[in-house]
Amino acid sequence: MPEFIQIMISGLSAGSIYALAAVGFTLLWQASQTINFAQGEFVMLPAFFVLALMNLAGFPLWLAIAAAIALSVLLLGMVFKKLIVEPMLSHGTLPLVIATIALGLLLKEAVKEFYSPLGQPFPSLFPQDVFTIAGASISIPDIANFAIAMGTIIALQLFLQRTRTGRCMQATAQNPDVAQILGVDIKRMVLYTFLINGALAAIASVLITPIYLAKFSNGEVLGVVAFTAAIVGGFNQIRGALVGGLLIGVIDNLSATYFSAEYRQAVPLVLLIVIILVRPQGLLGTAEGRTV
Amino acid sequence: MTRKNILFAIVAAALLIVAPIGQGNYITYVLCSWLLFSIAAMGLNLTLGYAGQVSLAQASFMGIGAYITALMTLNGIHWIVAMPCAVAGTFFVGLILGYPALRVRHHFLAFVTLAFNTLVFLVFRNEEWLTGGSFGLVGMPRPDFWIFSTMKQLPFYYFTLVCFLVAAAIFWWIVHSPWGRAFKALRENPVRANSLGVDTRRMTLLAFAIGSAYGGLAGALMTPLVQFIEPGSFALIHSLKLLLMVVVGGAGFFFGPMLGAAIVILMPEVLRFTEGYYLIIYALLVIVLMVYSPNGLMGLGGKLIARFRPQREVRRDMVQGAQL
Repeated sequence: MPEFIQIMISGLSAGSIYALAAVGFTLLWQASQTINFAQGEFVMLPAFFVLALMNLAGFPLWLAIAAAIALSVLLLGMVFKKLIVEPMLSHGTLPLVIATIALGLLLKEAVKEFYSPLGQPFPSLFPQDVFTIAGASISIPDIANFAIAMGTIIALQLFLQRTRTGRCMQATAQNPDVAQILGVDIKRMVLYTFLINGALAAIASVLITPIYLAKFSNGEVLGVVAFTAAIVGGFNQIRGALVGGLLIGVIDNLSATYFSAEYRQAVPLVLLIVIILVRPQGLLGTAEGRTV
Repeated sequence: MTRKNILFAIVAAALLIVAPIGQGNYITYVLCSWLLFSIAAMGLNLTLGYAGQVSLAQASFMGIGAYITALMTLNGIHWIVAMPCAVAGTFFVGLILGYPALRVRHHFLAFVTLAFNTLVFLVFRNEEWLTGGSFGLVGMPRPDFWIFSTMKQLPFYYFTLVCFLVAAAIFWWIVHSPWGRAFKALRENPVRANSLGVDTRRMTLLAFAIGSAYGGLAGALMTPLVQFIEPGSFALIHSLKLLLMVVVGGAGFFFGPMLGAAIVILMPEVLRFTEGYYLIIYALLVIVLMVYSPNGLMGLGGKLIARFRPQREVRRDMVQGAQL
């Protein structure tokens, strides 16, 4: 039982970080029908911004993190939107999918060439203490990661539902034509979505990288996890991506312990296939006539 | 087939026959791998470019074909028997993978096939008793046709070339047969195709199965070419690479995948002087190409020709090619 609790907690902690990436993925899809195959690399990259700022420019950790978040909002949000997505929106989905695949490759190779092909240690943000409750040892980083990730998602949800801008963004996602007629500046709203995705990716990056090492290939696994979480939960709901992320985190940890370490990667994928075939709108999603 | 096309085909075949003469072993090897990736990309072009079904699993079919061929030839069965088994095997697996395509389309299908590719990779890596795990399989013999042995690189090239030409001819026949038109109808407007009497269910499954069988053939050629196969050669990244070949070349064009494969396989040799920056340059070029010409290089060529030699305007909705 203590082992089970431990697995659940570390699963939820990892899952909440996956959820950050998945929420960003979902937001982009809603706002501009962009399937971002580079989402994994978007989560990989900001950690290297932090490392570069600390090692090359001598920034202290917290300042470097703040600057990295700002940088990814700028580069992975604004520049990505303006340079790549915007000119391609009229071409349909497939060319954009190809372009994001190429972008993922570009980011990965650029980090490998210009920073390092080796895994870099990343400073931990929280004390590494472990305390014991009911026989289960629980580490502080797990709890802190979970709290920060969930806090971010809740803040985002509040922003989308309680503020005027947030509601305009929702309107844009649901029906751009009507939103525009009602006076919403939809281009600006779509841009905000991309900026938010940049920030979410950066936060996820800073939280998840201390667990592994900062490596150029981190995005490969994270990207697949983000799509899986988004689809399992429901492509058109933030709640869905959240539940999907947590579910994948927990299932991943449970299957590694109780099923088979070799096939742990397979379990979420089988779940993905089953969900797509049985309930394409996701666990919490509502059916979209357009996509299925 | 017009006279111009026949002439073009003959010239192209002659060029392919002459290409490796006087080249070193390595260049011949690169040409072989270009031919076999062209075969795999051709298959994906049928699924994606003609029938409009997104598949991110072509590398896994190459893998299944390669492993079937490897296991059979290692047990002393001749390649000429193993190859049809690989093609048939991938045909049936492709048929099964086609079933999700009946329910979901576009990006959902992309994710199903993506997951499938990773699952196949995991099976290759973990089932050590059969596939040799991450160490892979080594020492597959090259086929020996009594008087024609393909042990040397140059004969093997001609052997690959024959397979390639046969595969290309069959492909040409498929896309110009009523089936080919049914595939295009499926891509352009499945509902209308169905109402006009095209059995969309059967055509979708066939598009997947035939496309996969081409992947299987490419795998069956890869085994004797490389004589070493391991799971990493069939991972998701290679499916993405095949997808890039098709789209960069021009999805829905007959020569698109060959051009795309040439760029993906041969460009590293041309850009060798750039060392590690090769993939960065390549990725940038792909992004720029997609922004300016979503129909790939074939589409770009068409655009240029149209600019300098304007011809009769074709109605937009009748234009052939990838309008996905």
